[in-house]
Amino acid sequence: MTHLAILPILLPAIVAALLALAGRRDLVLARTISLASAAVLLLVAIALVVGASDGMIRTYALGDWPAPFGIVLVVDRLAALMLTLTAGLALAVLLHCANGWDARGRHFHALFQFQLMGLNGAFLTGDFFNLFVFFEILLIASYGLMVHGGGAERVRAGLQYVVVNLVGSTLFLFAVGLLYGVTGTLNMADLALKVPAVPPADHGVLRSGALLLLFVFALKAALVPLHLWLPGTYANAPAPVAALFAVLTKVGAYAIVRLSTLAFGDAAGELAWLVTPWLMPAAMLTLTLGMFGVLAARRLAGMISFAVVGSVGTLLIAVALFTPQAIAAALYYLVQSTLAAGALFLVVDLVGERRPALGDLLAPGPRIAQAALLGSLFLVAAIAMTGLPPLAGFVGKLLILDATRDAFNRSWIWSLLLTTSLLAIVGFARAGSVLFWKGGESAQNAAVQPARAAVLPLIAIGLLLAANIAWTLGAGQVLGYLDAAAIQLFAPAGYIDAVLGAEGGNE
Amino acid sequence: MELLVASAIGVLTASGVYLVLRGRSFPVVLGLALLSYAVNLFLFASGRLAVDLPPVIRAAGSYTDPLPQALVLTAIVISFGMTAVTVAMAVRSFLESGDDGVGAAGAADEEDAGRR
Repeated sequence: MTHLAILPILLPAIVAALLALAGRRDLVLARTISLASAAVLLLVAIALVVGASDGMIRTYALGDWPAPFGIVLVVDRLAALMLTLTAGLALAVLLHCANGWDARGRHFHALFQFQLMGLNGAFLTGDFFNLFVFFEILLIASYGLMVHGGGAERVRAGLQYVVVNLVGSTLFLFAVGLLYGVTGTLNMADLALKVPAVPPADHGVLRSGALLLLFVFALKAALVPLHLWLPGTYANAPAPVAALFAVLTKVGAYAIVRLSTLAFGDAAGELAWLVTPWLMPAAMLTLTLGMFGVLAARRLAGMISFAVVGSVGTLLIAVALFTPQAIAAALYYLVQSTLAAGALFLVVDLVGERRPALGDLLAPGPRIAQAALLGSLFLVAAIAMTGLPPLAGFVGKLLILDATRDAFNRSWIWSLLLTTSLLAIVGFARAGSVLFWKGGESAQNAAVQPARAAVLPLIAIGLLLAANIAWTLGAGQVLGYLDAAAIQLFAPAGYIDAVLGAEGGNE
Repeated sequence: MELLVASAIGVLTASGVYLVLRGRSFPVVLGLALLSYAVNLFLFASGRLAVDLPPVIRAAGSYTDPLPQALVLTAIVISFGMTAVTVAMAVRSFLESGDDGVGAAGAADEEDAGRR
């Protein structure tokens, strides 16, 4: 039990190295190892959730060096939840890719495991410099995954993605330097203690450091006007990889929540909630632009990318309120929108495979094989993504609307959320009818059969949708956990005691 | 010395930003490298500038903060790896598409045309 917290980082790291060495020749072996690793990760993450649900924050001091001098991992309710989401999504994407995607380039599974290692590390770490290191790990793996399979357009989009993120990493380091220069620490818990004690003369530096960090996290989360990299990247990445990337934007959102509630919460005095004035308008713009993008998109992958941008906007509107109720609603929405976006990207892959001439272009073509089945999967995922009843997207948006009841800009948020939902519904309905209904008349017998029996991808999509439905059905219990997670976030003293207190360490 | 270090960081950052905004991949890679030099210097300076002091805590005498030095070492290693990745991606993009533009296809040619 004591070493459970390090497993989500250690396991993929070891498996990735193993796969890079042993899995090069034997694809079946590589698939088996990779899938087994993802399954074990999911079990570990669930165990961590069960452990975290008692409200105790567990810490793991690497090498038994006490914080703030050593590196520390922290498992609270939020971190455990994010780990579970990542592992579940990863398992579904791997199942999908085992149908042949992983054979289109080398080292797919090794890169995938490194990506998981980076993601898990970013969720677990209790230190800003380590957060930077894990960001780099997940990014460098995502560069490889992004250009998996090759192609001029994809590599060009990949290069842009790399450059944007490297500039982001540079800014991250500047922010880290500023924070360290003023407070003398990078441990998140220690920072939370030091921030209120910073003399007012240094507030300017501290403020710019914190806002630079917000800028970097907003870049990862694809917040307008820093969203420009996302549609190009997601639409040009291999669709299953884009499905995994659905969780990448959530790392940014997670980091914003962590930074604001811990270090710049109520205790920070003058600097309390200094991100809110920036975050709220940016999130509202993001939502608007994303959903207009859904209407304007010409390809299915592009449309879903913009839907992801829009969902980030919805999520961060709730986050920017910074009340426990709103954060709980945001977390509920975060999980369901990630699952829905993942499922949609996997559907894109299947649709593209069946339309060799058109790919995922939103234009009527010959009737595709299994149109009814794929159409239904698309319908369910689209209902979840746009927030129609009865799925979790609706519950999530309802919770967010409810949480904004006392906000000063309530009427703005309400009208924006409802209007953009309508835009998204129109966009998705148009895409679905073009792809799955039209075109059958012209070429009834020209249906293109997929190259392989596509059972695994269907299982993968089914799993993601089933998880979404379970998220809806279990909303009551889930919300109990999420409310507790949000309350835990708003009581940073517990986090600080767990990391720095005498009872810390890995006993 | 503060002025020297600060202006070095400023010049490096400014040149880096200018190069990153270019349309071809080679200047962009150079720009990223300059930016990473700038940030390494900056991180180093975040432990305050001190001359002739060891980064080791001693009972007698003063010392300089060792942590930024460790951070800089990590950042150097990471930025080195990242530069290698960027170069590899830029070369592959050039080989696959036949031009070394970073933006949309043909943007680099337009930039050339504008310069003439």
